[in-house]
Amino acid sequence: MSGAALVMKLFGASIRAQMQYPASAAMLTLGQFLATVLEIVGVWALFDRFGQIRGWSLGEVCVFYGLVNIAFSFADLVTRGFDIFGSEFVKTGAFDRVLLRPRSTVLQLVGHEFRLSRFGRTAQGLGVLVLGVQLSGAHWSVVDTGLALFAIAGGMALFAGLVVLQATLAFWTVESLEVANVLTYGGVQAAHYPLSIYATWFRRFLTFVVPIACVAYYPVVAILDRADPTGAPAWVGPAAPLAGFAFLAVSLWAWRFGVGRYTSTGS
Amino acid sequence: MSARARPYTAALAARFQLTLQYRAAALAGFATQLWWGGLKVMIYAAFFASAPAAAARAPISLADTITYTWIAQAFLVLQPWWADPEVGQAVRTGGVGYDRLRPVDTYGFWYARALAWMLARVAPRAVLMAATAAVIVPLLGLHEWSWRPPAGLAAGLAFVVSLGLAALLSAAIIMLLNVLVAATLNERGVNTLAMPVTILFSGNIIPLALYPEAFQPWLLAQPFAGVLDIPCRIYFGGLAGDGIWLGLGLQAFWTVTFVLIGRAALSRVMARLQVQGG
Repeated sequence: MSGAALVMKLFGASIRAQMQYPASAAMLTLGQFLATVLEIVGVWALFDRFGQIRGWSLGEVCVFYGLVNIAFSFADLVTRGFDIFGSEFVKTGAFDRVLLRPRSTVLQLVGHEFRLSRFGRTAQGLGVLVLGVQLSGAHWSVVDTGLALFAIAGGMALFAGLVVLQATLAFWTVESLEVANVLTYGGVQAAHYPLSIYATWFRRFLTFVVPIACVAYYPVVAILDRADPTGAPAWVGPAAPLAGFAFLAVSLWAWRFGVGRYTSTGS
Repeated sequence: MSARARPYTAALAARFQLTLQYRAAALAGFATQLWWGGLKVMIYAAFFASAPAAAARAPISLADTITYTWIAQAFLVLQPWWADPEVGQAVRTGGVGYDRLRPVDTYGFWYARALAWMLARVAPRAVLMAATAAVIVPLLGLHEWSWRPPAGLAAGLAFVVSLGLAALLSAAIIMLLNVLVAATLNERGVNTLAMPVTILFSGNIIPLALYPEAFQPWLLAQPFAGVLDIPCRIYFGGLAGDGIWLGLGLQAFWTVTFVLIGRAALSRVMARLQVQGG
């Protein structure tokens, strides 16, 4: 069986398992949706009082906000295996079993769980994005749709890369390090607003170290047909999401290095 | 200390010391809250700088909003995010049977344990956050982004009292969640709904004073203001003079109300409780 078919089979099994408890699945999805919808209430209240943030309107901010949430929710759907890697695979010795199977470790961990509840965040992101396009009155062309999909794919790769790096650390620390959530959830939080509002050092960090700006800021500036207030040339927007894929490639390389160093804790 | 109170204070002390052992969790929490706080400070600074006229009219200044943000991050786990995880475990495993057999009042026992669980998690995080935002941040030359001192001595003292009431109120809300968990045998659903309510109405997303004026009286009177917003307003002088008494009175009122409701509900749930396990 090809890798893709196998992952689909594993996802199917995971979805069937979750649908054994339909009420629980629905409630978790609703909870995800509510929790993320309430965040936008705060954004709305601030715009209601201040009108704009460094020249960006509520509608424009909603486009940033929606796109990054969609990208993150897609990454979150398939990276659960890496998320809990330290506590449920390394600490318990369960990773030994994974290594014994004649399939790649990445494939097996991706197939570990397909988290349906994350569609709650996708729905919220999509809603905010549509609202943002309406409010900002941005002209939305076919090219923009393509760029948005590319940015979402790049963002998904970037956030998946961050979770893989977090899991890789567990080869040394054994426990899952929740500090890494600072970069995933915290990164999404930062990207809710256009990154041009932040201090320069912080923006550089989010561009060159953890390239969230490349997937959630520069392409959106291009979609909104705005000139970048931080002075990036126009070609950056459409090209920047590539950084997300590069980040994932580096993460997977680090992961393979970690797997090579793995010593079992099992007995 | 009277002999009647001893079992409850002992439960409180034991849980406090046990929870305090989780140093890695405290450090991780602190790092997350520092990032979150820094991010919010930059966002507020950008909003206030973007609209000077609106900023001048705002009911709280940028400096106070920033101080509010650091206080909110420092005392984040003093808020009733979740039911006590050990209560969920007890009702699922049947451990609740032992709690019922103890010659103590179950509500008081669980309340003391919930309070200890909260206080032990908040103590190291609050100390680290205060040291960072009030001392290190100004030393780095970022004075305008720092956690400022209280409006005055009276405000500082009233803040401490208000913080104490916030802990008592928060524990009373956690007890309501615990009762729901005991009734439904499932903590996931309860927590899923409790968290958004807490985050919005406590002032955690943005200070309640920054919401539109029309909602203001209602926002101050609702119970969740007492776990964060009222202590913050007292700290920077948003509630001063008689306002301090109003704030403390609201906190006390909601605490007493929730304890009474929680006690009544718990005894009803316990009368019908089926102990799980075997």
